Amino acid sequence: MKVRVHVSLKPGVLDPQGRAIHHSLEGLGFAGVNDVRAGRLFELDVADSVSDEAIDEMCRKLLANMVIENYRIEKVAA
Amino acid sequence: MAFNSAVITFPGSNCDRDMAVALEKVAGTAPHRVWHGDSELPDGLDFIAVPGGFSYGDYLRCGAIASRSPIMQAVIAAAGRGVPVLGVCNGFQVLTESGLLPGALLRNAGLNFVCREVSLEVGNAQSLFTSAYETGQVIRVPVAHHDGNYFADEATLDRLEGEGRVAFRYAEDVNGSARSIAGVLNDAGNVLGMMPHPERAIEATHGGTDGRGLFESAIRGLVGA
Repeated sequence: MKVRVHVSLKPGVLDPQGRAIHHSLEGLGFAGVNDVRAGRLFELDVADSVSDEAIDEMCRKLLANMVIENYRIEKVAA
Repeated sequence: MAFNSAVITFPGSNCDRDMAVALEKVAGTAPHRVWHGDSELPDGLDFIAVPGGFSYGDYLRCGAIASRSPIMQAVIAAAGRGVPVLGVCNGFQVLTESGLLPGALLRNAGLNFVCREVSLEVGNAQSLFTSAYETGQVIRVPVAHHDGNYFADEATLDRLEGEGRVAFRYAEDVNGSARSIAGVLNDAGNVLGMMPHPERAIEATHGGTDGRGLFESAIRGLVGA
Protein backbone atom coordinates (compact mmCIF):
# COMPACT_ATOMS: atom_id res chain seq x y z
CA MET A 1 0.00 0.00 0.00
CA LYS A 2 1.30 3.44 -0.96
CA VAL A 3 0.59 6.27 1.44
CA ARG A 4 1.37 9.93 0.94
CA VAL A 5 1.70 12.15 3.99
CA HIS A 6 1.45 15.86 3.29
CA VAL A 7 2.97 18.01 6.05
CA SER A 8 2.37 21.75 6.08
CA LEU A 9 2.97 24.60 8.49
CA LYS A 10 -0.04 25.59 10.55
CA PRO A 11 -1.70 28.87 9.61
CA GLY A 12 -0.02 31.73 11.44
CA VAL A 13 3.38 30.04 11.70
CA LEU A 14 5.97 32.22 9.99
CA ASP A 15 7.40 30.57 6.86
CA PRO A 16 10.58 32.41 5.82
CA GLN A 17 11.30 29.79 3.15
CA GLY A 18 7.88 30.22 1.59
CA ARG A 19 8.43 33.97 1.64
CA ALA A 20 11.81 33.63 -0.09
CA ILE A 21 10.26 31.38 -2.76
CA HIS A 22 7.49 33.95 -3.20
CA HIS A 23 10.04 36.72 -3.73
CA SER A 24 11.92 34.56 -6.20
CA LEU A 25 8.75 33.88 -8.21
CA GLU A 26 8.10 37.60 -8.34
CA GLY A 27 11.68 38.12 -9.46
CA LEU A 28 11.04 35.74 -12.35
CA GLY A 29 8.18 37.95 -13.41
CA PHE A 30 5.22 35.81 -12.26
CA ALA A 31 2.46 38.17 -11.24
CA GLY A 32 -0.58 37.41 -9.12
CA VAL A 33 1.03 35.06 -6.60
CA ASN A 34 -0.53 36.14 -3.30
CA ASP A 35 1.34 33.84 -0.92
CA VAL A 36 3.61 30.76 -0.85
CA ARG A 37 3.79 28.23 1.98
CA ALA A 38 6.43 25.49 1.79
CA GLY A 39 5.63 22.01 3.05
CA ARG A 40 6.88 18.49 2.52
CA LEU A 41 5.63 15.24 1.14
CA PHE A 42 6.47 11.75 2.42
CA GLU A 43 5.75 8.69 0.30
CA LEU A 44 5.47 5.55 2.38
CA ASP A 45 5.24 2.01 1.11
CA VAL A 46 3.61 0.05 3.92
CA ALA A 47 2.27 -3.46 4.33
CA ASP A 48 -1.48 -3.82 3.87
CA SER A 49 -1.68 -5.04 7.46
CA VAL A 50 -0.65 -1.64 8.83
CA SER A 51 -3.67 0.02 10.39
CA ASP A 52 -4.90 3.56 9.78
CA GLU A 53 -4.30 4.23 13.46
CA ALA A 54 -0.65 3.21 13.13
CA ILE A 55 -0.15 5.52 10.14
CA ASP A 56 -1.77 8.34 12.07
CA GLU A 57 0.55 7.65 15.00
CA MET A 58 3.60 7.74 12.68
CA CYS A 59 2.54 11.25 11.65
CA ARG A 60 1.98 12.50 15.18
CA LYS A 61 5.09 10.87 16.66
CA LEU A 62 7.62 11.69 13.97
CA LEU A 63 6.64 12.90 10.52
CA ALA A 64 4.98 16.11 11.73
CA ASN A 65 5.83 18.38 14.64
CA MET A 66 2.37 19.00 16.04
CA VAL A 67 3.47 22.31 17.59
CA ILE A 68 3.95 23.93 14.20
CA GLU A 69 2.67 21.55 11.52
CA ASN A 70 -0.50 19.88 10.23
CA TYR A 71 -0.57 16.65 8.26
CA ARG A 72 -2.88 14.99 5.80
CA ILE A 73 -2.79 11.29 4.95
CA GLU A 74 -3.61 10.21 1.41
CA LYS A 75 -3.84 6.57 0.41
CA VAL A 76 -2.78 5.99 -3.18
CA ALA A 77 -4.20 3.18 -5.30
CA ALA A 78 -1.48 0.77 -6.37
CA MET B 1 31.14 16.50 46.70
CA ALA B 2 32.13 16.09 43.07
CA PHE B 3 29.86 17.37 40.34
CA ASN B 4 28.62 14.34 38.41
CA SER B 5 27.63 15.35 34.89
CA ALA B 6 27.13 13.80 31.46
CA VAL B 7 27.35 15.11 27.90
CA ILE B 8 25.27 13.31 25.26
CA THR B 9 26.77 12.79 21.79
CA PHE B 10 24.68 12.07 18.70
CA PRO B 11 26.02 11.38 15.21
CA GLY B 12 26.62 14.92 13.95
CA SER B 13 27.04 16.59 17.35
CA ASN B 14 29.96 19.01 17.13
CA CYS B 15 29.82 21.03 20.36
CA ASP B 16 29.99 18.01 22.67
CA ARG B 17 33.71 18.40 23.29
CA ASP B 18 33.35 22.14 23.97
CA MET B 19 30.58 21.38 26.44
CA ALA B 20 32.67 18.69 28.15
CA VAL B 21 35.67 21.03 28.42
CA ALA B 22 33.48 23.81 29.85
CA LEU B 23 31.98 21.50 32.46
CA GLU B 24 35.39 20.17 33.44
CA LYS B 25 36.97 23.65 33.63
CA VAL B 26 34.20 25.08 35.78
CA ALA B 27 33.31 22.03 37.87
CA GLY B 28 36.77 20.50 38.19
CA THR B 29 35.57 17.03 37.26
CA ALA B 30 35.25 15.64 33.75
CA PRO B 31 31.73 14.72 32.62
CA HIS B 32 30.74 11.25 31.48
CA ARG B 33 30.48 11.01 27.70
CA VAL B 34 27.32 9.19 26.66
CA TRP B 35 26.55 7.91 23.16
CA HIS B 36 23.11 8.27 21.53
CA GLY B 37 22.65 4.52 21.18
CA ASP B 38 23.09 3.91 24.90
CA SER B 39 19.83 3.31 26.67
CA GLU B 40 21.03 4.07 30.20
CA LEU B 41 22.66 7.07 31.83
CA PRO B 42 25.38 6.77 34.50
CA ASP B 43 24.00 6.57 38.04
CA GLY B 44 23.57 9.57 40.28
CA LEU B 45 23.92 12.36 37.71
CA ASP B 46 23.74 15.97 38.90
CA PHE B 47 23.55 17.46 35.41
CA ILE B 48 22.95 16.38 31.80
CA ALA B 49 24.03 18.48 28.81
CA VAL B 50 22.61 18.01 25.31
CA PRO B 51 25.12 19.80 23.07
CA GLY B 52 24.97 21.66 19.78
CA GLY B 53 25.70 20.40 16.30
CA PHE B 54 23.80 18.88 13.43
CA SER B 55 22.51 15.64 14.93
CA TYR B 56 21.57 13.13 12.21
CA GLY B 57 22.40 15.77 9.60
CA ASP B 58 19.31 17.79 10.62
CA TYR B 59 17.29 15.23 8.65
CA LEU B 60 13.50 15.58 8.85
CA ARG B 61 13.64 18.57 11.26
CA CYS B 62 16.52 19.83 13.42
CA GLY B 63 16.70 17.61 16.50
CA ALA B 64 13.78 15.41 15.43
CA ILE B 65 15.64 12.13 14.94
CA ALA B 66 17.90 12.66 17.96
CA SER B 67 14.88 13.28 20.16
CA ARG B 68 13.65 9.76 19.34
CA SER B 69 17.01 8.05 19.99
CA PRO B 70 17.39 5.48 22.79
CA ILE B 71 19.37 7.75 25.15
CA MET B 72 16.74 10.48 24.99
CA GLN B 73 14.21 8.17 26.60
CA ALA B 74 16.58 7.97 29.56
CA VAL B 75 17.14 11.75 29.51
CA ILE B 76 13.37 12.37 29.49
CA ALA B 77 12.96 10.01 32.43
CA ALA B 78 15.81 11.69 34.34
CA ALA B 79 14.33 15.14 33.67
CA GLY B 80 11.06 13.84 35.07
CA ARG B 81 12.90 12.87 38.26
CA GLY B 82 14.23 16.42 38.54
CA VAL B 83 17.76 15.99 37.17
CA PRO B 84 18.86 19.31 35.59
CA VAL B 85 19.09 19.15 31.79
CA LEU B 86 20.72 21.85 29.65
CA GLY B 87 20.21 21.87 25.88
CA VAL B 88 22.28 24.29 23.81
CA CYS B 89 21.60 25.12 20.15
CA ASN B 90 20.84 21.77 18.47
CA GLY B 91 20.37 20.51 22.05
CA PHE B 92 17.57 23.06 22.50
CA GLN B 93 15.98 21.77 19.29
CA VAL B 94 16.26 18.20 20.61
CA LEU B 95 14.55 19.22 23.87
CA THR B 96 11.61 20.91 22.11
CA GLU B 97 11.26 17.97 19.70
CA SER B 98 11.26 15.56 22.65
CA GLY B 99 8.49 17.49 24.38
CA LEU B 100 10.63 18.45 27.40
CA LEU B 101 10.25 22.12 26.45
CA PRO B 102 7.33 23.89 24.78
CA GLY B 103 7.47 25.50 21.33
CA ALA B 104 9.66 24.87 18.32
CA LEU B 105 12.67 26.40 16.56
CA LEU B 106 11.93 27.60 13.03
CA ARG B 107 14.27 28.72 10.26
CA ASN B 108 15.80 32.13 11.09
CA ALA B 109 13.52 34.91 9.87
CA GLY B 110 16.32 36.37 7.74
CA LEU B 111 17.06 32.90 6.29
CA ASN B 112 20.78 33.32 6.96
CA PHE B 113 22.92 31.19 9.23
CA VAL B 114 23.80 33.59 12.05
CA CYS B 115 27.27 33.12 13.57
CA ARG B 116 28.41 35.93 15.85
CA GLU B 117 28.49 37.14 19.43
CA VAL B 118 25.18 38.63 20.59
CA SER B 119 23.87 40.49 23.63
CA LEU B 120 21.49 38.54 25.84
CA GLU B 121 19.38 39.85 28.67
CA VAL B 122 18.94 37.55 31.65
CA GLY B 123 15.15 37.20 31.95
CA ASN B 124 15.08 35.43 35.28
CA ALA B 125 18.08 35.11 37.61
CA GLN B 126 16.14 33.00 40.12
CA SER B 127 16.59 29.75 38.19
CA LEU B 128 18.99 26.90 38.82
CA PHE B 129 20.91 27.88 35.67
CA THR B 130 21.03 31.67 36.11
CA SER B 131 21.51 32.43 39.80
CA ALA B 132 25.04 33.76 39.24
CA TYR B 133 23.56 36.55 37.11
CA GLU B 134 21.25 39.45 37.91
CA THR B 135 17.80 39.70 36.31
CA GLY B 136 18.10 42.23 33.50
CA GLN B 137 21.89 41.82 33.26
CA VAL B 138 23.17 41.91 29.69
CA ILE B 139 25.79 39.31 28.77
CA ARG B 140 27.70 38.59 25.57
CA VAL B 141 27.54 35.01 24.26
CA PRO B 142 28.09 33.57 20.75
CA VAL B 143 25.31 32.15 18.58
CA ALA B 144 25.76 29.88 15.56
CA HIS B 145 22.52 28.59 14.08
CA HIS B 146 20.20 28.47 11.08
CA ASP B 147 17.06 27.41 12.91
CA GLY B 148 16.84 29.45 16.08
CA ASN B 149 13.62 31.36 15.52
CA TYR B 150 11.62 30.44 18.62
CA PHE B 151 7.93 29.83 18.04
CA ALA B 152 5.08 29.01 20.40
CA ASP B 153 1.41 29.98 20.35
CA GLU B 154 0.42 33.21 22.08
CA ALA B 155 -1.08 31.44 25.11
CA THR B 156 2.16 29.50 25.65
CA LEU B 157 4.27 32.65 25.27
CA ASP B 158 2.08 34.45 27.82
CA ARG B 159 2.43 31.54 30.21
CA LEU B 160 6.24 31.38 29.78
CA GLU B 161 6.55 35.10 30.51
CA GLY B 162 4.06 35.03 33.38
CA GLU B 163 5.84 32.13 35.07
CA GLY B 164 9.33 33.58 34.72
CA ARG B 165 10.35 30.83 32.32
CA VAL B 166 12.09 33.07 29.80
CA ALA B 167 15.65 32.57 31.05
CA PHE B 168 17.31 34.64 28.31
CA ARG B 169 16.17 37.13 25.68
CA TYR B 170 18.06 38.58 22.75
CA ALA B 171 18.89 42.22 23.42
CA GLU B 172 19.25 42.76 19.67
CA ASP B 173 17.66 41.42 16.48
CA VAL B 174 19.10 37.95 15.83
CA ASN B 175 16.67 35.48 14.26
CA GLY B 176 13.07 36.67 14.54
CA SER B 177 12.28 34.71 17.73
CA ALA B 178 8.86 35.34 19.27
CA ARG B 179 9.23 37.95 22.00
CA SER B 180 13.01 37.79 21.46
CA ILE B 181 13.18 34.52 23.40
CA ALA B 182 16.67 32.96 23.42
CA GLY B 183 16.21 30.40 26.21
CA VAL B 184 13.28 28.84 28.07
CA LEU B 185 12.78 26.75 31.20
CA ASN B 186 10.34 23.88 31.71
CA ASP B 187 7.60 24.31 34.30
CA ALA B 188 9.61 22.58 37.03
CA GLY B 189 12.65 24.77 36.30
CA ASN B 190 15.11 21.87 35.89
CA VAL B 191 15.29 21.89 32.08
CA LEU B 192 16.76 24.83 30.15
CA GLY B 193 17.05 25.12 26.38
CA MET B 194 18.88 28.01 24.72
CA MET B 195 20.23 28.77 21.26
CA PRO B 196 23.33 30.78 22.36
CA HIS B 197 26.46 28.88 23.38
CA PRO B 198 27.54 29.60 27.00
CA GLU B 199 30.19 26.85 26.69
CA ARG B 200 31.98 29.00 24.11
CA ALA B 201 32.42 31.90 26.54
CA ILE B 202 34.04 30.50 29.64
CA GLU B 203 37.66 31.66 29.44
CA ALA B 204 39.42 34.86 28.41
CA THR B 205 40.88 33.30 25.27
CA HIS B 206 37.30 32.81 24.00
CA GLY B 207 36.96 36.59 23.94
CA GLY B 208 34.69 36.64 26.97
CA THR B 209 33.66 34.71 30.06
CA ASP B 210 29.98 35.65 30.32
CA GLY B 211 28.85 32.06 29.75
CA ARG B 212 30.67 30.82 32.80
CA GLY B 213 27.95 32.05 35.15
CA LEU B 214 25.51 29.50 33.80
CA PHE B 215 27.73 26.57 34.77
CA GLU B 216 28.67 28.22 38.06
CA SER B 217 24.97 28.68 38.86
CA ALA B 218 24.21 25.03 38.27
CA ILE B 219 27.23 23.75 40.15
CA ARG B 220 26.67 26.06 43.11
CA GLY B 221 22.98 25.13 43.19
CA LEU B 222 23.66 21.41 43.10
CA VAL B 223 26.77 20.73 45.14
CA GLY B 224 27.21 23.94 47.09
CA ALA B 225 29.85 26.61 46.68
